[in-house]
Amino acid sequence: MSADTTHEPRRVLPRFPELDTEPFWEATKEHQLRYQFCEQCETVIFYPRAHCTKCTNTDLTWRTSSGEGAIYTYSVIRRSQHPSFMDMVPYVIAWVDLDETFRMLTHIVDVDPDDPESGLTIGARVQVHWIDRGQVSLPAFHLA
Amino acid sequence: MTRQRVAIVGVHEFPSRHTHGSITPLQMKAQCAARALEDAGLSWGDIDALYDDGDGINWPGFYMPQYFDLDLKVVDTTTVGGSSFEFHVSHALRDLGSGRASVALLTYGATARSSQTSIGTGAKYSEMGPPNPISNMEDCWGPTLVSDYAQFAHRYMYDHGVRSEQLAEIAVTARYHALRNPDAVRAIEDLQLRPGSREMTVDDVMNSRMVADPLHALDCCIISDGGGAVVLATEDVARNCRSKPVWVLGAGESVRYRRNVDDLTLTGAARSGPAAFGQAGVQPGEIDIAMIYDSFTITVLSALEDLGFCAKGEGGGFVEDGRLRFDTPGLAVNTDGGGLSSNHPGQRGIFLLIEATRQLRGTSTSQVPDARLAVAHGTGGTLNRTHASGTIVLGTEPGDRR
Ligand SMILES: [Zn+2]
Repeated sequence: MSADTTHEPRRVLPRFPELDTEPFWEATKEHQLRYQFCEQCETVIFYPRAHCTKCTNTDLTWRTSSGEGAIYTYSVIRRSQHPSFMDMVPYVIAWVDLDETFRMLTHIVDVDPDDPESGLTIGARVQVHWIDRGQVSLPAFHLA
Repeated sequence: MTRQRVAIVGVHEFPSRHTHGSITPLQMKAQCAARALEDAGLSWGDIDALYDDGDGINWPGFYMPQYFDLDLKVVDTTTVGGSSFEFHVSHALRDLGSGRASVALLTYGATARSSQTSIGTGAKYSEMGPPNPISNMEDCWGPTLVSDYAQFAHRYMYDHGVRSEQLAEIAVTARYHALRNPDAVRAIEDLQLRPGSREMTVDDVMNSRMVADPLHALDCCIISDGGGAVVLATEDVARNCRSKPVWVLGAGESVRYRRNVDDLTLTGAARSGPAAFGQAGVQPGEIDIAMIYDSFTITVLSALEDLGFCAKGEGGGFVEDGRLRFDTPGLAVNTDGGGLSSNHPGQRGIFLLIEATRQLRGTSTSQVPDARLAVAHGTGGTLNRTHASGTIVLGTEPGDRR
């Protein structure tokens, strides 16, 4: 578990019932990063939904990602007034492009954002890094 | 049926930025509406179309007609954040232009400062209402409004070569204009805006605290109270109004959002801009004043490029050396001081329309000589995750009947 998440008062977690995202979060308990695929038109769907956004198929397949990708963009949040995040600053929030061609919002953990040698850059390769939080595991990433 | 030309005939901007609980958003909306109607020489009974984004009360389609006591033919409650008001004018152009109604009212009122709303860094994203698939995938990472625009800015700088010092120039120009606007000068004092009542420098911005890399505190809009109203009318009404009509020549709308495998740096302005310019029959190069939503410095730079005032990647040079000032040749931008230095109660799209109207009437505090064409471009939501872009082209002459 990464050091930057140990002193949280109460982490914001997904809430249920929420039928679109429940299968995604259920799989995180097994440390599986899942995304949806339309077999009819070969479109990747993310975030989870119950319909293909390209064709009219409403029966999507769940696939498991390798958990490998690259940072599309990121920011170091140095000020937050949210009670669950204000003590976590500075933390690195990012869009990560997974190799399976879906983009997700996440954190880059186990990195000092103020160390110029850290390797934290746009385009850097990353690997999923699970943060266990009871009912779910949060898919953060660390530099590969 | 012949299409009617449509004009802005009344505007009012609430003067104070810090009201200390002395007025509610609803009261502010009504006061501004009354002043804007007086500006036009009209009254409440003339209004038959109302546009409201719900900033004063939930379910505005029910409650705003009642609060104002109006008999309406058109009610429109499009809610797309700070760009709502550009969407409203776009819809008013459609509704008045087709003859469904003849006088339209838009109002805004918010007391973000007095109620100490943490717009930029606060908790507004989390645990509001029942969960949905977006909140369930994103709230757990603690994004703030600033970090959303910061992620966008970071990729923008990476792809298009813009530098932080160039973004800072946009904030410097906003303050330059604010210092000429008495209401903004009072805002600088009332809200104790840094660096105080003097011109801002690029160094001031670069040395201000980093809120979310690469955005500094002075790259971010202020948080104020504020309100305003705009009255529009068909040509036959406008010709008899007290004020000089400012004609709505074109309108465009777009909504864009996060997608897999997508160029995040392309904003909705790339669609709303050409639609508005095309309807107006004008080119970006002909525009005298651009009122561009400035939630953050990057919001302005990306919009200038996507609206076609310069090519993608050329915005950094376009904004340097005070080129956006009212008293330098070329395009003048945010001549009231903008959200960066005059007022930003949360959704400032109505102020873009008000200042563009002042310029075309010749009454701005940073007046561009012989101003004939202006653009108001609103950006609502966040460029990083989901946003709306609304572009309105305004002119002193009615143009063709389009
Ligand atoms: Zn499909």
